[in-house]
Amino acid sequence: MKPKDNFLWMAAGIGLLMGGIGIYLCLVGMVEVFSKRDVIQDVVTLGMFLLIANWALAGYVAALRASSVPSAKRPVANLLSGLVAGLVTSLILALLVIIGSKINLREVFITASPTLYNILTFGRGIQGLWVLIGVGALFGLAGAGLFLLPGRLRRPVMVGILVTFFMALFAGLFSVIMVNQGGVILRSSEWLFGQTGLTLPGALGLFSATFLITLLWSARGTQVRARYADLPKRPKFAILVASFLALVYVALMLPQVSGPFVAQVIVLVALYALAGLGLNITLGFAGLLDLGFVAFFAIGAYTVGLLTSYGQYGLVHISFWVAAPIAVLVAFIAGAFLGLPVLGVRGDYLAIATLGFGEIVRILAGSDWLSPWLGGPQGIIGIQKPCLGWLGPFIKVDVPRVCHGFELGGPVKIYYLAVVSAVLIAIIAWRLRDSRLGRSWMAIREDEDVAEALGVYLIQNKILAYSLGAAFAGLGGAIFAVLIGSIFASSMQLIVSINVVALIIVGGMGSIPGVILGAIVLIGLPELLREVSEYRFLFYGVILIAMMRFKPEGLWPSQTAKRELHREDDAASPVEKAEAPVETAEAEA
Amino acid sequence: MRTSLGDRMTAWAVTGFLWGFRILIVAVVIFGTIGTIRAGKYTPEQWIDFVVLGIAQGSIYALIALGYTMVYGILRMINFAHGEIFMSGAFGAYFVATRMSKTGFLNEYPLLAVVLIIAFAMLVSTSIALLVERVAYRPLRGAPRLVPLISAIGASFFLQYSFRGFFGPGVYAYPPVKALEGKWDIVGNGILKTQLVAIIAAVVMMAILYSIVMRTKVGKAMRAVSEDKDVAALMGIDVNRIIVSTFGLGAAMAGAAGVLFALIYHQVNFFMGFIPGIKAFTCAVLGGIGNIPGAMLGGLVLGVTESVGPALFLEGIGIPRPYQLHDVIAFTMLITVLLFRPSGLLGERITSKKA
Repeated sequence: MKPKDNFLWMAAGIGLLMGGIGIYLCLVGMVEVFSKRDVIQDVVTLGMFLLIANWALAGYVAALRASSVPSAKRPVANLLSGLVAGLVTSLILALLVIIGSKINLREVFITASPTLYNILTFGRGIQGLWVLIGVGALFGLAGAGLFLLPGRLRRPVMVGILVTFFMALFAGLFSVIMVNQGGVILRSSEWLFGQTGLTLPGALGLFSATFLITLLWSARGTQVRARYADLPKRPKFAILVASFLALVYVALMLPQVSGPFVAQVIVLVALYALAGLGLNITLGFAGLLDLGFVAFFAIGAYTVGLLTSYGQYGLVHISFWVAAPIAVLVAFIAGAFLGLPVLGVRGDYLAIATLGFGEIVRILAGSDWLSPWLGGPQGIIGIQKPCLGWLGPFIKVDVPRVCHGFELGGPVKIYYLAVVSAVLIAIIAWRLRDSRLGRSWMAIREDEDVAEALGVYLIQNKILAYSLGAAFAGLGGAIFAVLIGSIFASSMQLIVSINVVALIIVGGMGSIPGVILGAIVLIGLPELLREVSEYRFLFYGVILIAMMRFKPEGLWPSQTAKRELHREDDAASPVEKAEAPVETAEAEA
Repeated sequence: MRTSLGDRMTAWAVTGFLWGFRILIVAVVIFGTIGTIRAGKYTPEQWIDFVVLGIAQGSIYALIALGYTMVYGILRMINFAHGEIFMSGAFGAYFVATRMSKTGFLNEYPLLAVVLIIAFAMLVSTSIALLVERVAYRPLRGAPRLVPLISAIGASFFLQYSFRGFFGPGVYAYPPVKALEGKWDIVGNGILKTQLVAIIAAVVMMAILYSIVMRTKVGKAMRAVSEDKDVAALMGIDVNRIIVSTFGLGAAMAGAAGVLFALIYHQVNFFMGFIPGIKAFTCAVLGGIGNIPGAMLGGLVLGVTESVGPALFLEGIGIPRPYQLHDVIAFTMLITVLLFRPSGLLGERITSKKA
């Protein structure tokens, strides 16, 4: 068929598709919003970077497709494809500007504004469209060039770009941390970072450095690893202990160095990781899809609130250290309660049923009916902060009790509580996984009927899965309550449950490091990046779809999941094993 | 070693719990109804208003539920993004209706205008549904059940926030159609014209869908694929095309439902698809998943119960501001159905469960 043989038509088709994506990026507002932030000061904004990435991807894919056409001559055909793809993409964008200048698109699409057109034409009006087309073609070419690079060089380039981009995104954060150190670090921070984003020399320097390091590592890395594996036990152990101690030191000093904002983000990540470890038991180990998980979080939070608050809804006035275990117990029982009715429900129905439970809990918590006890929409305020010492007596309503000792107020101090709890729960989850209980759960996950036939008590194990998962979430909720100092039903939305499910899936279902990684990626990163924050859920959706398409076992999967979901790859592995030594030999040459 | 006593005790606990649940629900219904009727707070006209609103809402849920039930029947997958398809229809309709209102077309030819709006909304919703199917669902056929579910959740977010990006986070007022203002004096206080039109339109569309599924070749192919995908393929049916048609048909219904919703509630907002989506799935389960008349019945039952329930049951047992809890009633119905009659009121219409 004609289109398939002619790589130029294919390239044009790809350009059409990427042009459509480019228009989407413009109309959904990302280009405009992102243009307010610089990646490289005064040279490249984040919005422009988005478009550049779009063009480069178009060129890369076009070059990739071209190489599958037998009649195409490498490298000319690939480069030409890339050029054409980039060209067509920017032509489509130019079309948007032209149409937009004639018809008022703003009635429908609120972002089709002069500001957007200004960005697209580089501030030059219609004449600027030539610049747009030229730049597009150029980056399409660059994308194709990237494809043509040998693997040995391509990886360092990609890593260099990624690291530089990452540093640019977090420029504000890193510059603040480095400035606080003073001295040499301060001066290098000034060289590296501008007002927003990186400076041009800084970016170039960073890229070159990363490029060289990655290049060296791919050449020497396997040697280093081999030499490490050959070490006798003692020095190996010493290295492990040293790196562990270094990690602990970093973890302890982090909130002092980076300030309360970062500490709060890490606390949030830790709490979501706690909830995630809980859901990991219910969903990851036992395979029970619970979409109402936020209910247990809420129950833990409300219990602590009711037990420790000095406001009008506090029932008794005890200290956090007594209230928290009670909250965990209450959540444990609640888990059993919610699990009992749905024991016989399977699969997708379970998801919707538990979703219903979660919503019921939220609505009841905020309802007027229960407001005399739970505070209604206003919720419970005045939750006493945890006190390492002696807590003064309760005086009267709305007067906080005095703490004679060390009060854990503010995110920096709660950070330690949250991180220690998360580590503790992670250890418990780890031991559970390798226990008989954990194995029963995994048997249930794989096939309930077979598990029962093999002697696994379905009812007890399932209820334990719900209860333990709920208990972990309850602990997270308890810490959340003292972090914020108050709780409202409106913060217990379904979105929290979905966040937790998503971070388990993205991190790797059933895998404990995966859950923590998922929490960092899905919760920590958006909190740290303000601009992304507005489009956070949009990226969420894209990440979920992409992950399910390309890496459904997650970013850090457990070994079983990897085996299961990539069964077709097992056939390929003998070939991979044969290729590996050849690669190392090449690298050494 | 656990003794069988422990196992028996747990089984008793479960049975006891389930019985307790049943008794609680029956008690609430009976005592609530008695209490409300004794208090006599509502006039018969008000009850009729509740019922009619319930039927109108239920018809909308039923239209959306049809999409869920058809897709589940064929792919065994909850199309989480279906609520957003509904929302996209409403949004599409909003822009056309606003344009029509400005030129005066809307009020000069109201019937024609509404039909055109519905057609456009169906176009928008179907295109988006087909796009989602192509990108988010088709590459994942045959994957374990959780994978397409998560992808669907991702698609749902993506659509919601794309619409937010395109059109803004606000709530937009639907232009009122003069011909549909006011009431028709049929029973009691009279029925709101918008609600009546919604009910009639929904019934018409459900009838059209039912005849498509039952009488046409495409419909027959759909039923065949939902019964057994592999055998249908062996019979020469292009399964991919049928799946796309199913998505398209369900999306068209949802898009139309979006217009009707906007007619009744006069507003659109990027988040409006979420709760109706969940409730519509409840209706589909209520009636029996995969069962088209079941989805319609489920919609009716849920709509009326949700509308009448707070006043009828909850107020009678002394709950203040019962309308806040109307979602609770809907979800409790869902859980009750799943516990005690999981195949739904009219029974499931899908093949035996896979291992």
